[in-house]
Amino acid sequence: MAAMLENLSRRSFLVGGAAVAGGLVIGLRLLPRGFASGPPAAPAVDVPRFNPTAFVSIDEKGLVTIVAHRSEMGQGVRTALPMAVADELEADWSRVRIAQALGDEATYGGQNTDGSRSLRHFLQPMREMGAAARQMLETAAANSWGVDVAQVRARNHQVVHTPTGRVLEYGALAAAARELPVPRQEKVKLKRPEDFRYIGKDVPIVDLADMTSGRAGYGIDVRLPGMKYAVIARPPVYGGRVASYDEAPALAVPGVERVVKLDGTPPPSGFQPLGGVAVIARNTWAAIQGRGKLSITWDDGPNRSYDSATYKTELEETARRPGKVVRNQGDALAALAAPARVLKADYYASHIAHAPMEPPAAAASVTDGRCEAWACTQNPQGARDEIAKALGIPVDRVKVNVTLLGGGFGRKSKPDYVVEAALLSRAVGAPVKVTWTREDEIHHDYYHTVTAQHLEAALDPRGRAIAWLHRSVFPAIPSTFQPNVRYASDGELSQGVIDVPYAIPNIRCENGEAEPHVRIGWFRSVLNIPHAFAVCSFADELAHAAGRDPKDYLLGLLGPPHRVDAGAHYQNYGDDINVYPIDTGRLRRVVELVAEKAQWGRSLPAGHGLGIAVHRSFVSYMAIVIEAAVGKDGTVSVPRVDMAVDCGFAAYPDRIRSQMEGAAVMALSSALYGEITFREGRAQQNNFNDFQVARMNVAPMETRVYIVESDAPPGGVGEPGVPPFAPALCNAIFAATGKRIRRLPIADQLQSENEPRKGDRPGARDRAEG
Amino acid sequence: MTRLNINGNAVSVDVPPDTPLLWTLRDELGLTGTKFGCGMALCGACTVHLDGTATRSCVTPISAAEGKKVTTIEGIGTTPVGRRVEAAWRSLNVPQCGYCQSGQIMQAAGLLAKTPKPTDRDIDEAMAGNICRCGTYQRIRAAIKAAAGGA
Repeated sequence: MAAMLENLSRRSFLVGGAAVAGGLVIGLRLLPRGFASGPPAAPAVDVPRFNPTAFVSIDEKGLVTIVAHRSEMGQGVRTALPMAVADELEADWSRVRIAQALGDEATYGGQNTDGSRSLRHFLQPMREMGAAARQMLETAAANSWGVDVAQVRARNHQVVHTPTGRVLEYGALAAAARELPVPRQEKVKLKRPEDFRYIGKDVPIVDLADMTSGRAGYGIDVRLPGMKYAVIARPPVYGGRVASYDEAPALAVPGVERVVKLDGTPPPSGFQPLGGVAVIARNTWAAIQGRGKLSITWDDGPNRSYDSATYKTELEETARRPGKVVRNQGDALAALAAPARVLKADYYASHIAHAPMEPPAAAASVTDGRCEAWACTQNPQGARDEIAKALGIPVDRVKVNVTLLGGGFGRKSKPDYVVEAALLSRAVGAPVKVTWTREDEIHHDYYHTVTAQHLEAALDPRGRAIAWLHRSVFPAIPSTFQPNVRYASDGELSQGVIDVPYAIPNIRCENGEAEPHVRIGWFRSVLNIPHAFAVCSFADELAHAAGRDPKDYLLGLLGPPHRVDAGAHYQNYGDDINVYPIDTGRLRRVVELVAEKAQWGRSLPAGHGLGIAVHRSFVSYMAIVIEAAVGKDGTVSVPRVDMAVDCGFAAYPDRIRSQMEGAAVMALSSALYGEITFREGRAQQNNFNDFQVARMNVAPMETRVYIVESDAPPGGVGEPGVPPFAPALCNAIFAATGKRIRRLPIADQLQSENEPRKGDRPGARDRAEG
Repeated sequence: MTRLNINGNAVSVDVPPDTPLLWTLRDELGLTGTKFGCGMALCGACTVHLDGTATRSCVTPISAAEGKKVTTIEGIGTTPVGRRVEAAWRSLNVPQCGYCQSGQIMQAAGLLAKTPKPTDRDIDEAMAGNICRCGTYQRIRAAIKAAAGGA
């Protein structure tokens, strides 16, 4: 990272909505290495768009304000980054206030909080910023005493003159410090790890008291003077339009005030709204009631025949044909054609909806050609840009306030719902809050894609894999933003296809065409979910075919510690491959750690089994061992999960553990139940009755998390826990029952009358002797 | 006009009597700590207490709350059980996004008021109606046990 610090005290900055007068304000800009060529044309999945900036200030009473410029959605970032600043600043945490940044690219750089990037890209700069401010305070104190700066030391909100024990409080030094130049980056001295006060410690999250007392403010909670409440009937088919509707019955509902037709943006709709008919009322309930009486006739458009069963067949057929080659090492096709033992398997994974507990919601007020919005958004700058585009006003006339997010998981990177609020506020001439119901969220999501994969491997006589073919086919995320997209991006294929880390001499990876029919978006860990499912399941299939222990076989596949060269198509989550290599030594370490901690091979009751999987994503390394139990009725339960993570330097262990605990639950939800299907272009699921998620009684009874001690650069934490979970679970189910799951969700596949039929999907066990 | 008693305060609201308590609390009375999650009593985010019993406010018309004591997340901390539950939640750093935690805390307080020393099975049965998409269940279970231990 090339970081540049500058003293911004003299500029009229608003910190967290309040002007900071007379204090010290430090700003920082940094340019991530390897990203000098400007923002990509399409919205990025996993690379920073821009250069981040952040701010710290100290007022003359000593109150430190640290701006959180990333969105809080449960990952703990409002605590993690500010506490890193505070630590280097030697601030007393009880005298630190956190202010949430407005969406403002020029001031803060990229704020889109996704791709597990916040700690990865900002821990170091935030530390440098805190350290620089601390050094300015030390210099100010030394100047005031007329002593050499080497004789002073900042300590817990004071600067101490070491020889005499004299102290000056930070508040008393703020005015003098602001007159000083910011130390050059090479002069910034970071603390030694043994001196950390907060980094690496389990600090309570800053919103803890509010979240446990009902005071925490989410997007759905925003209330503005004179605000109206809106819900919208959106086209049930992507790209559909309103043909006709009758507003009279809706207007007759008590509390309903207006009905407004909202034009949508035809596919690819990007971040713009789908359109539809909005009902404006005095409260949300009246709006919902009114919407139910609109009698809308829809013109469904070209996606009217999207049918998941038909589409599944198409994807699977495509996956059996040669596709576009994205990695080619050695000659896999020749090795697979030679007389060898060849295993083949097809895997399928369904669409998933995000279902954050807080559905999309936003409030906006448009007056005099300006817009101010409040939203639970991961992407306040995207919201700002899209509002400006929709309203036809300059971006600098749009202000986006970021609330807490009641879950995000990638859904709230897409600001269509914030634009809806802005358009409706302009239409009715009052502040408007748009609330999505659960049905809205399930019916109109930016869905996790649907994937068919075909894998083949050739084994030598000793059972070692000598050739690997992986073909993945799915409608791609860029299709939501650009017309005529049929192939996946390299970034998507770099999530578990191109980066296969196995030490196999012949590797060929391919991608086939797929036509999009719904908005495809990124969902926590994105394409790593289906790809890790297929790759880590297939590794287990190979182990069993070779008659080897799955853990030992996995270590054999990984080979000795080395760096993987994944070829020219590989995108390393936007990061430099030299800083964040694909290191099989680190993959081995998490496998060995989790196997040891889980007592791999331990004896289990009948009907129980252990499964293991390892996967690198978002430049972090993750191995999971799951104990699964399958009842006589096919019900799956998970008595225990062991998770080992190597995410480089662990700045906030408690939130690493909580992210892993949560990833296990979310991944279990997807593996057991996660499925959105379409018929006649319409999502067939509606609410938590038919789009189920794991509950207390289904969640793993015990999840143990082991964090590898490391001083490597920080990697992602929010997402990497998810991908290896489903294959570890399915491998455990195989160990327990001998039944191989190749289709997600598991749903009723283990119920006896629904056993996978032989020959239905040609699998390793069927073909092992072929 | 419907008269309600909310966290010990008498209020009147002028909305149709079939309006759910959830939207009345949130939109008419500004008590936004009670959350919307599904609207069909499937997720528990909207849980409040009616005369001490955990109840889904999204399917409870205000007419059914009339004459009863409504306690919301904003008021539960004034009860002994609620105070213990909140303290346990804080000591274990339970929340992630925090959104469902109002309902979780209300449900847990309702459980502990009736079953001061719940077993794992009691916890499963009482809490299975409250979804946490972040997956904080393990800590919720531990926090309930911690709160019970302080009884």
